[in-house]
Amino acid sequence: MRIDSVDKLNHWREKCLKKRAAQKRKVLVCLGPGCLASGSDEILGELKKILSEKKIKGVSVESIKKTGCHGLCARGPLVVIEPEGIFYSRVKKSNVAEIVETTLEKGELVEKLLYKDPSDEQTIVDYKKIPFYARQQRISLRNVGQIDPDDIDDYIASGGYSALARALNGMKPQEVIDEISRSGLRGRGGGGFPTGRKWATCAGIDSDIRYVLCNGDEGDPGAFMDRCIMEGDPHSVLEGMIICAYAVGSREGYIYVREEYPLAVVNLQKAIDAAHERGLLGENIMGSGFTYDARISRGGGAFVCGESSALMKSVAGEIGEPRAKYIRSVVRGLHDKPTVLNNVETFATVPVIINKGGDWFASIGTETSTGTKAFSLAGKVCNTGLIEVPMGISLREIIYDIGGGIPEGREFKAVQTGGPSGGCLPADKLNLPVDFDTLTEAGSMMGSGGMIVMDNRTCMVDVARYFLNFLVSESCGKCVPCREGLYQLHGLCVKICEGKAVEESLALMERLSKVIQTASLCGLGQSGPNPFVSTVSYFRDEYLAHIRDEKCPAGICRDLITYTINDKCTGCLACIEVCPVDAITGEKKIKHVLDQEKCTQCGSCYAVCKFEAVDIE
Amino acid sequence: MVHITINGKVIKATEGEMLLSVIRRHGIEIPALCHHEAIEPTGNCRLCMVEITREEWDGWKKHVTSCLYPVEEGLIVSTHTPDVIEIRKTILDLQLANCPDSEVIQKMAEEYGIYKTSYEVVPEGDNCIMCYACTRICEVLGRSAISAVGRGHRKEIAPPFGAEPPDCIGCLACAQICPTDVIPWTDRDNTRTIWDRKFELISCKECGRQTIAREFADYLIEKRNIPREYFEICDNCKRSELARKMGEIVARAQEVAI
Repeated sequence: MRIDSVDKLNHWREKCLKKRAAQKRKVLVCLGPGCLASGSDEILGELKKILSEKKIKGVSVESIKKTGCHGLCARGPLVVIEPEGIFYSRVKKSNVAEIVETTLEKGELVEKLLYKDPSDEQTIVDYKKIPFYARQQRISLRNVGQIDPDDIDDYIASGGYSALARALNGMKPQEVIDEISRSGLRGRGGGGFPTGRKWATCAGIDSDIRYVLCNGDEGDPGAFMDRCIMEGDPHSVLEGMIICAYAVGSREGYIYVREEYPLAVVNLQKAIDAAHERGLLGENIMGSGFTYDARISRGGGAFVCGESSALMKSVAGEIGEPRAKYIRSVVRGLHDKPTVLNNVETFATVPVIINKGGDWFASIGTETSTGTKAFSLAGKVCNTGLIEVPMGISLREIIYDIGGGIPEGREFKAVQTGGPSGGCLPADKLNLPVDFDTLTEAGSMMGSGGMIVMDNRTCMVDVARYFLNFLVSESCGKCVPCREGLYQLHGLCVKICEGKAVEESLALMERLSKVIQTASLCGLGQSGPNPFVSTVSYFRDEYLAHIRDEKCPAGICRDLITYTINDKCTGCLACIEVCPVDAITGEKKIKHVLDQEKCTQCGSCYAVCKFEAVDIE
Repeated sequence: MVHITINGKVIKATEGEMLLSVIRRHGIEIPALCHHEAIEPTGNCRLCMVEITREEWDGWKKHVTSCLYPVEEGLIVSTHTPDVIEIRKTILDLQLANCPDSEVIQKMAEEYGIYKTSYEVVPEGDNCIMCYACTRICEVLGRSAISAVGRGHRKEIAPPFGAEPPDCIGCLACAQICPTDVIPWTDRDNTRTIWDRKFELISCKECGRQTIAREFADYLIEKRNIPREYFEICDNCKRSELARKMGEIVARAQEVAI
């Protein structure tokens, strides 16, 4: 059905809600990247099979809903039963019959699948009461994990496209911009530029054509916020883009998505087609006379294409290389026309601001960083997953209260925010409030929201080496400081890891970093040395240990460590089995022996030993 | 007309002009490797960086590539601050590691006091500084036969798919504009070879000397409306012919005078 007026939208929403209410229960199966990887599609299939054969009052195949990422990836695959919010984690295909029988038929709980709080072994039934969820506030992720991304009516039933209706009927374009400006929303892609100001600049330029683009080229290792929004709630991105297009006077645009996110591409395309069919995208949207169309532009996966000017070149079919932005892309962007480029999360936030008001949004978070921010929590933290928290929350709250702390009782060492070009912050910065300006001041950055936690078994020199290696291969290679500078910086870092560096190297690296930061052409180059700069400023001793003592305190850098077996060895044979080079010999219940000549320092024995019988020096 | 201050001196410049041209016009030496009058600036080499500020910036300053920065009223430019020199030195130091055999780089580095690179010499470096002058001039000619391929440190200038470039006309513009002179080409036995593609060279009807590649002549005939006959005789023979004709005219004039 085509929705050609606000009344029709409201009417249609009522109808969708009625249809929803017919189902007493909803069974939500998470098909987010994590759960899908652990086989949640099989769970979905099994559930459909069983429910199509069984007759249960108030529950049918219609009750099953496949959703995007529900959040707590560490416990996946997840199945949530609404309206109670019953949270079943680590579900297997073999558990499905039991869930149907026990919960859907009898209304009882499957104890073994419920969430147990690791701190007190308490069982928590309703996911909203699990600390991981309880401390969050979801705005951009409001529908992710809750609705079926393939079903536009599910989005409409959840209030979708009502913000667009509000903007198109009763708000002047300038009023939309004012509302966004009032909200204090800053770009969620990393730069943190005020969204309202960007829109106002674009709208103010005299031009016959303007573009509204969405940056879905999320490429930071360990970051998956935008991916989850595009996969799990594509319509909110579209709605945000259409509202922006109305505000700035644009008639067409693109969503730039990397090819490595095939599901995001598929779901966005489905959303675009469905919105077209409903009359919510394309000619004469909702009968208002306003026209805007968006298409998908697929990226080849170059990290640099997330940079605005490179992205626009890539959309235009040119080589994805940045240009000097002495004239900003909002003035001269895609095809040299004024262009608004915002990231996925920013656009997904826009409809909520229009509905609830800029003042409401500005009341959340801090004065200069308003609202909430999505993060993907990864690394050495118990509750890895997708979260959204109010700005100003401390790193400690995120890592310990929401993230559940460090696994296996290990010590926290550092947290990396802002992706490869961000920085690593040590334990004494854990109380810092998370907002754009504080993180930048501390030598890291907000970035797009990747957050990687590291424990005491992480070598900070190795971390710098890893991220520099990433940046060396992802540098576009156009300008000298980034291409040659990062290459040399990485080379020097490798030498430190190998114990072949001299102390003067550090000074040379610091000088080189400074030049790369000032002289590089784009943001990628300018922030390229950050992995080194932040680790050397907070963990200088670790660098010096590598250089002066030729030791890797964390026991990571292979060339600087030796493994030995101590007297705690019980002779369990576990290490003998995993050693790939047969360097360990011994018999059952007799202390094993490690041949240093053969050992390649791979760490397999260390990882597998349950008795702390393997020492690293 | 706008007014800018360069190293303390107020200078008039035309709106739309780039800083580098204005700076050089006033006799201030700034190094640049990727800049050339014939092509659009891209800011690859970063050597022409200068420091800019404005009265109202309250001491805040930034570094920009002067080849790409358009002049603005009230701009205050410094071309040789310690920070700027440090940038140029580091870049030349890095380039020296990248192309240790390039005389151009060696000479420029020496001017900044660098005789040996502080960094590890890049193994299998090919002396290409990735300035894109070759690809840009090829684009200006409307051919775009070669382009920058790949990413990061492995990036190279190459024809599509590494095969013989179908759009190349053997004009040698790329080889001639290359600041470090690293694009190899040969003229041998009536054949020009560049980018692994072979071109037939046109021979002068008069003296048999080889002139230009046939594809290049075809290109000029089509794009520049030059008659085909123009390429049948080499420049030398054209000059001899001209001299001969001039001689005749002079001789006739002398006869008349006598």
